[in-house]
Amino acid sequence: MERSIRFTLNRRPVELATDDGRTLLWVLRTDLGLTGVKYGCGKNQCGACTILVDGRAVRSCTVPVKYVEGKTVLTIEGLAENGTLHPLQKAFIDKGAVQCGFCTPGMILKACSFLAGSENLGREAIIESMDGEICRCGSYNRILDAIQAAAALMKGGGAS
Amino acid sequence: MSGRGTTMERREFMKLLGSGIYILFSTGPLLRGQQGGFQYGRYPEDFNAYLRIAEDGKVTCYTGKIEMGQGIITSLAQMLAEELEVPFSSVGMVMGDTKLCPWDGGTNGSRTIKYFGPVLRAAGAEAREVLIRLAAEHLGLPQDRLIAAEGEIRDNNDASRKVSYGILAKGRTIERHLENKPALKSPDNFRICGQSSPRTDAREKVTGSAKFSGDIRLPGMLYGKVLRLPAHGARPVKIDTAAAGGIKDVKILQDGDFIGVVHPLPDMAEKAVGLIKAEYEIPDPTVDDSTIHELILNTEARDNEVERKGELGQGRNIAARDYEAAYFTPYVAHAPTETHSALADVKRDGATVWVGTQRPFGADAQIGRAVGLDADSVRIITPYVGGGFGGKSQVGQAVQAARLSKMAGAPVQVVWTREEEFFYDTFMPAAAVKIHSGLDASNRIAFWDYHVFFAGNRSSECIYDVPHVRTVSRGSGFGGDGPHPFDTGAWRGPGSNTNIFARESHIDVMAADAGVDPLEFRFRNLADARMIRVVRAAADRFGWERGKAPTGRGCGMVCLDYLGTYVAAMAKVRVDSKSGRVEVERIVHAQDMGPVINPEGARMQIEGAIIMGLGYSLSEEIHFKGGEIRDLGFGSYKIPRFSWAPQKIETVLVENHAIDPSGCGEPPIVGMGALIANAVFDATGIRMNRLPITPERLKSRLG
Repeated sequence: MERSIRFTLNRRPVELATDDGRTLLWVLRTDLGLTGVKYGCGKNQCGACTILVDGRAVRSCTVPVKYVEGKTVLTIEGLAENGTLHPLQKAFIDKGAVQCGFCTPGMILKACSFLAGSENLGREAIIESMDGEICRCGSYNRILDAIQAAAALMKGGGAS
Repeated sequence: MSGRGTTMERREFMKLLGSGIYILFSTGPLLRGQQGGFQYGRYPEDFNAYLRIAEDGKVTCYTGKIEMGQGIITSLAQMLAEELEVPFSSVGMVMGDTKLCPWDGGTNGSRTIKYFGPVLRAAGAEAREVLIRLAAEHLGLPQDRLIAAEGEIRDNNDASRKVSYGILAKGRTIERHLENKPALKSPDNFRICGQSSPRTDAREKVTGSAKFSGDIRLPGMLYGKVLRLPAHGARPVKIDTAAAGGIKDVKILQDGDFIGVVHPLPDMAEKAVGLIKAEYEIPDPTVDDSTIHELILNTEARDNEVERKGELGQGRNIAARDYEAAYFTPYVAHAPTETHSALADVKRDGATVWVGTQRPFGADAQIGRAVGLDADSVRIITPYVGGGFGGKSQVGQAVQAARLSKMAGAPVQVVWTREEEFFYDTFMPAAAVKIHSGLDASNRIAFWDYHVFFAGNRSSECIYDVPHVRTVSRGSGFGGDGPHPFDTGAWRGPGSNTNIFARESHIDVMAADAGVDPLEFRFRNLADARMIRVVRAAADRFGWERGKAPTGRGCGMVCLDYLGTYVAAMAKVRVDSKSGRVEVERIVHAQDMGPVINPEGARMQIEGAIIMGLGYSLSEEIHFKGGEIRDLGFGSYKIPRFSWAPQKIETVLVENHAIDPSGCGEPPIVGMGALIANAVFDATGIRMNRLPITPERLKSRLG
């Protein structure tokens, strides 16, 4: 149904008129120009399209745009604030956890959701949470290192 | 013959570079016999093609190579900065733009550092020497008192007398020719190369600002989708586009059997193409994944003799025992995280195409042919490529986008769905190897008769010291000819994954039968001191315990030579006897690739290749029936995940300044099949001759 939809996107209110059944991924990438949200499979099988909705990881290829009405959406473009990288972004750089970079936005946002919602930050718990995110370049061990480093930093620095 | 980069009019080249300051250096071959090499002849000789120094001292490096995750955006900048004597941070990269960059044969085969590296270094070295001559005039000092460092030329006796590269370049167009080409630096004197440098593309990639082909936007652009056949070889006989045409703003485009749609929104284009009703004529399938290897062994094709030494008959006579076995590998998908994507803007007199490709020079001609333009009228711009692994040498998506753009009269972007990515992929070819070998009474290999079928001959040579050898390669590993019901192509280490799986498995078969520890057996049969050194490096780090396999410990090893890069790897695995599942606990990987340009970058490549190699070793295999591909997504086609990663991957970079810098990214994957198979044998006593070693296959053998 064509109508107006409002939500908060990367800390700013947005309103757009579109068919509310359209897939959120394509609305973000096309209508809203946020190409950091990646298409990987369209079937909820790889995690490249992961974004945060009200702080929790959601695969934007699986939900219609009406799902985020009135909610708060964060994409990779909104993670750094005023040019200051999020600890996860910094850790991904420092640990060499980036190769082709196509899975990176989804990886970081999934990890963000995990760190915010989990008490157990051990390696096994991270693997269990991240196991649905695919990195064909095979950077898994370095991504795990990066998440652990960011977790330590966030805990030490008192970040939420 | 000269390539296009060579023949491009110099004026034309400058026009494209814009109005900045540039220096024209010399003409004449960049390298004079410094390294025989791969397609050297087509690299431009004028090294303005490779670099430009701006007034502010910023250096731009131009290369036809592309960045797909392997990290050359960083290591090439290191190589240029090293020879040019400028700060690493002053070098920016322009990659894969056919109008701005010099010709290149493609980014593949772990060839960038080995074959393009010397060309780029030579360009930097000659530019540096010319700048020293210019500085001598500028400062009124003799050349031999001047040194180049950090983007400046200084008086060796008085450091305050100096001039920057930027100032020397300012306002001048200088043509100089150096009769005597400067030598490339010895790796012993490297200051920037050999140091780990963080990836220069990392920040863009963690903030989402890095642009891939699917991220490029143009005013008035449309999104395209082309009707996909249900099977290779199928033909549409009846098409009904009525329902698809009912979608608002859609345009249906048809040119013979090529049927596509364009729409201002990508999701609507996909919806529209899904509404096209079609009936097809599909050829009866004659082969599937259970019969392909039989077909491969029984398909006639040209036999190419790769090597012959001694006389096999003599070898058979001196052998105390002989061993015959066959080894099989399946079709494997590239499955890059970024599906093939392109944006084409085709106009009457020329086209610009943004495409994630490993082969911008070549893609221009291919795309041009599809829309009636010559290669020179097609500009390819290569944004970041989201993984290639050989598969993005093919540009079918860009051909689709260009045809749709021409028909629609607007720029058209095509981003393949994951299903299309699997369907159109040029898989690693299914292949087979037959080996007949023998051991003499002292457990040395007496003869080695090796036949590979339809994988290609790379890494098929016997690396062991054997008096009587024959190696034959039937057919090739590329194209859709011979037994293959669909196209096959280069896959990270083409041919080698099959050849090394077979050879290194067979070595262990002999060692086990002879009751000799696999490491000891290799030492006994290797003569190449460099290889022995690499094997020893791996064994020392691993802490290899000698024993007669199967020891039950689950330890395996391989050693190999991939285009001059030497590898030895060791693994420890655990086999779950109930499920047949193989868990890889630890891998030690030693690699001698000569002087290493970016050690941390090399480790990233090695670790990634090892993880990727676990896929084709343990799970990856395309199921098909005739031309119908049964695996079209990550649901049924399982690729490695976090939980597969060995807890420990240890890389040993074996230092070697006696050879030139060599390839890094493919050598670490090509031994993975045999590494895992040998470790599984050590754990269970079961020899798996066919990849992948799935839980089902191993379980059925465990009984």
